[in-house]
Amino acid sequence: MDLIADRGRRVSVEELNTSKLLAHASKQVRDRKLDEMLIVDCDAHHYETENFREILPYMENDVFRQLAMSGLAKTRGSVLPSTPGYQDMGGRVSRYPLRSSEKTEPGRQRDVQLGERWMDAMGVDYSCLFPTGMLNVGLHPQKEMEFELCWSYARWITEKVLPEANGRLYTMLCLPFSDPEGCLRMVETFGHCKGVGGYMVTSVRGDMAVYNNAYMKLYAAIQERGQALAFHSGPNWGDGTFKSCNRFISAHALGFSWYNILHCTNWVVNGMGERFPKMPVLWIEAGLAWIPFLMQKLDHEYMLRPSECPILKKKPSDYMRDMYYSTQPMEVQDMEALQTTFRMINAETQLLYASDYPHWDFDLPSSIYDLPFLTEKAKHNILGGTASRLFNLPPRNEKQKENLIKYGNLAAG
Amino acid sequence: MTEQFIGKLSEFKDGDRQIIRIGDDEVGVFRHGGEFYAYSNFCLHAGGPACEGLMIARVEEHLRPDKTSMGLSFSPTDMNFVCPWHGYEYDMKTGACVADKRLKLRRYDVKCKGDEVYVVV
Repeated sequence: MDLIADRGRRVSVEELNTSKLLAHASKQVRDRKLDEMLIVDCDAHHYETENFREILPYMENDVFRQLAMSGLAKTRGSVLPSTPGYQDMGGRVSRYPLRSSEKTEPGRQRDVQLGERWMDAMGVDYSCLFPTGMLNVGLHPQKEMEFELCWSYARWITEKVLPEANGRLYTMLCLPFSDPEGCLRMVETFGHCKGVGGYMVTSVRGDMAVYNNAYMKLYAAIQERGQALAFHSGPNWGDGTFKSCNRFISAHALGFSWYNILHCTNWVVNGMGERFPKMPVLWIEAGLAWIPFLMQKLDHEYMLRPSECPILKKKPSDYMRDMYYSTQPMEVQDMEALQTTFRMINAETQLLYASDYPHWDFDLPSSIYDLPFLTEKAKHNILGGTASRLFNLPPRNEKQKENLIKYGNLAAG
Repeated sequence: MTEQFIGKLSEFKDGDRQIIRIGDDEVGVFRHGGEFYAYSNFCLHAGGPACEGLMIARVEEHLRPDKTSMGLSFSPTDMNFVCPWHGYEYDMKTGACVADKRLKLRRYDVKCKGDEVYVVV
């Protein structure tokens, strides 16, 4: 297969083999004995749109199903909104253009096989699988279509994918957040399904009011079930806020941070932490640098304007420290700033390792394991212990069990 | 110092590369512009296979005297190779990371003896 380099020059490359591509990650696992630690990746992805022929037939509504299915023809428009971008950096991150060349065995879900390859290579025991294209579902102008897409994906992932994964893949189901009643119906329908650890809101939405009264039944239902709610961020170069960005790097760096900052602010200021104190809330894929900024900014203004947030009984940063954050893409260029961030968010109990594989800025477990300022307990907690407790994931070998017990994380098995 | 045979000169076309194992290291050997370059295959960022990705001309942005941009263009002379894991780019001639030239991949010398090519360890 050829990749296109400068001036149209063609570069021949072998077909993609994830295990081979990640051979150096496997070496890291061996060198660090990572198989002795339970490692949970709380944010990995697959390309669900490549499975739309299997997914879309699960749509409930006949008319929307027909619209979506007919849209699969190559000459038609996509059923999903998309935003411009160059995630693959012009083929420099070659697993994007080569993805279709990777061979899998017939008879098993391709995405499960690919997931096993990267998990095995990285030493990951469990991955929370999220979609990719559907991270833009919140940009769809029709709340009915948003519901149908989320519903059909939920049926497919719980009926066809997770049952083939031998318990190693779990998910937090993508909610049709424009439709609060639809969200509640999804929790009530799929909440009991094996491998559903919670729910995910795609936070690329400018007009989402997480504090709207219409969502309180939803949050109560999630809390009642002991499940978690995650906000998964993303870029949106086409949005007016980012239209002055003339490089993808700008829209990408700002977009992920911006949507988490926006929705986390509304969540905290409206006292959602007081209203649903037992519901674990996760903020995913915006890295960590935005958190100290927001903590300081909100605390500063709260001290001056507490009358605008009468539900709060403590500072905004205290509520933020009650929530959970995924590591990736972890900003590592200033190690002292990173250490301060870990201190500010109580990383030892609130931070969850995430790879984001196979996306371009993925992080390996070594990104946490090799940090010079972490205690052994913190490493074990961040890489998997805390997630093991949150999502009730058992150890996969005796050494992992010993370590989970040692650091107070054994919740299952 | 030892020399490790890596192949016949006549079998190494311009633009070719080989990945060989030397002790605990893996080494990427490139032939570019008639010259040989050899670097450690472990990316300085996250340990990815630094020498196994795309080889692509450096992207440049030139300014006019009045500081207006002439836009983006490919360098006519400078070639980079890219770690396929995350896109870290390295200068073919120096092994320096394009984003931070203080970071350099370990470099190995390459010797040609007649039609035989060796990496010096």
